[in-house]
Amino acid sequence: MIAAVDWSQVFNFADYGELIVLLRNSIIAGALLGLVGGLIGVFVMSRDMAFAVHGISELSFAGASAGLLLGVGVVQGSIIGSLIAALLIGLLGARARERNSITAVLMPFGLGLGILCLALYPGRSANKFGLLTGQIVAIDDPQIGWLIAVTLVVLIGLAVVWRPLMFASVDADVATARGVPVRGLSIVFMLLLGLSVAVSVQIVGALLVLSILVTPAAAALKVSASPLVVPLLSVAFGVTAMVGGILLALGSSVPISPYVTTISFAIYAACRAIAAVRTRRSSAPRPAPVREAQEGALA
Amino acid sequence: MPADATRSGSDPVLSLRGATLRFDDRTLWSGVDLDVQPGEFVAVLGANGTGKTSLLRVILGQQRLTRGEVLFEGEPVRAGNPGIGYVPQQKLADDGTPLRARDLVGLGLDGGRWGFWPSRRKRAVVDRLLAEVGATSYARKPVSRLSGGEQQRLRIGQALAADPHLLLADEPLASLDLSNQRAISELIDRQRRERGFGVLFVTHDINPVLGMVDRVLYLAGGRFRTGTPDDVLRSEVLSELYGSPVDVIRARGRIIVVGTPDSGHAPHDEHHDAGHEELCDHDPSDAEAVAL
Repeated sequence: MIAAVDWSQVFNFADYGELIVLLRNSIIAGALLGLVGGLIGVFVMSRDMAFAVHGISELSFAGASAGLLLGVGVVQGSIIGSLIAALLIGLLGARARERNSITAVLMPFGLGLGILCLALYPGRSANKFGLLTGQIVAIDDPQIGWLIAVTLVVLIGLAVVWRPLMFASVDADVATARGVPVRGLSIVFMLLLGLSVAVSVQIVGALLVLSILVTPAAAALKVSASPLVVPLLSVAFGVTAMVGGILLALGSSVPISPYVTTISFAIYAACRAIAAVRTRRSSAPRPAPVREAQEGALA
Repeated sequence: MPADATRSGSDPVLSLRGATLRFDDRTLWSGVDLDVQPGEFVAVLGANGTGKTSLLRVILGQQRLTRGEVLFEGEPVRAGNPGIGYVPQQKLADDGTPLRARDLVGLGLDGGRWGFWPSRRKRAVVDRLLAEVGATSYARKPVSRLSGGEQQRLRIGQALAADPHLLLADEPLASLDLSNQRAISELIDRQRRERGFGVLFVTHDINPVLGMVDRVLYLAGGRFRTGTPDDVLRSEVLSELYGSPVDVIRARGRIIVVGTPDSGHAPHDEHHDAGHEELCDHDPSDAEAVAL
């Protein structure tokens, strides 16, 4: 019998109850990240910043690696890296085109810097790979405390700026005319985004941050346009992917990231399918709205 | 919402006094004197690059005058004045916009307030605004799925939400078909009569609003003329303004301006197209292009 994959390593739920108790903190952190990722993702989508998120995550990785090398701490280092990247992209990349090029310039630089720091780091190599692909199980208690604190800062910050940030994101011209501090809000948003990325890097890894900061919101936007339903769905998707991923990963030797990204992707695929079916249904008996939509797209 | 008593007085809602705007060595316009009365409909005309959009930015407090002053209800303008409504150049919302029609209007009501929880009276006010601009039937549709005309109605509803005393509209008819151009301009006309707010309407095509406009401000090559459409849109007036022969042709109730010189009076004006017929041109790409 030839088995390319030993499935008992992927799914093995012996002693499951004990493991859950052991990793209660990780599950809490995962759920909080799902919540934050789902909420901030709505703004990442409406501000068209998915690529910038990826760029911030690579600098966050560089910061985490430097933190590891210099003994500052992985979480602290990744927060510093994230914030620097977010501020740079926010200050230098006000326009979408500039933002994309600045992100593209920063991203490989961050990755290279991170690889350099890891190469110089004399300690165990398990941590090295973890920063890129996720390592929640390796997180100890003080780190979890940091992550929860940062998450709470982001949640409170978002709650305060939510409506003017939404106004500034979807309609910057009118928001400016109405006296909304569009520029200041954009900086605040970048800082909150940087913090969210730093937390995500710890949990799903720098390469997979988009699966939790973008995919849930993108999925929610496929099935709704309500400013209340979209964030609620997005949070539900994010928490499902995070907690579901952690619970599945517990029973295996595989890191949590593939579980999280797969659940996240499956939800997105399902939402796309729902949207496609809806469009087909609404277009068949009532051609008028579709024609209007097409006119709108052409105009 | 009827116009309240304070607005029926004869104090102008907007006053420009010797207003001059210059970028580097290029004068967009200078010495502009203009009063907009409550309920008055003023069209701002001119080719691309004559500073029409910059004028709106000055009134919105986003751009300082080089010389002169601009007063809103007797006070110097400032950014974020709630008494000034603004309908920007049309831009269609894309797919990543988590807003339905009613939410776009709602932002005009409380978009600047901190927090995330909506106020209790919001729903009723938004319903009434949607009805006023004729958008009730698509109130719950995603903004990204609406046509240009439908989105423009919402923009007007959004601007009306703050109950403005002055409405600034920047090419609100650009890229709309003729029936939507008529519908949107009639909507603005009816609302300014009912609510009594002044309107400053930037356009490169006077024809859709010709029957509604009280006065025009015509900008060309750093200079300007103000007056009723009949006073300003005449061959001899525009020829003098441009400093070269220009013909104003009236045909079937429409006005066509022929022979405006290309950028001769606006040094370093790269945006100014070879100018002719700019008053009957429907090309949306013709929208004002003063980069700041």
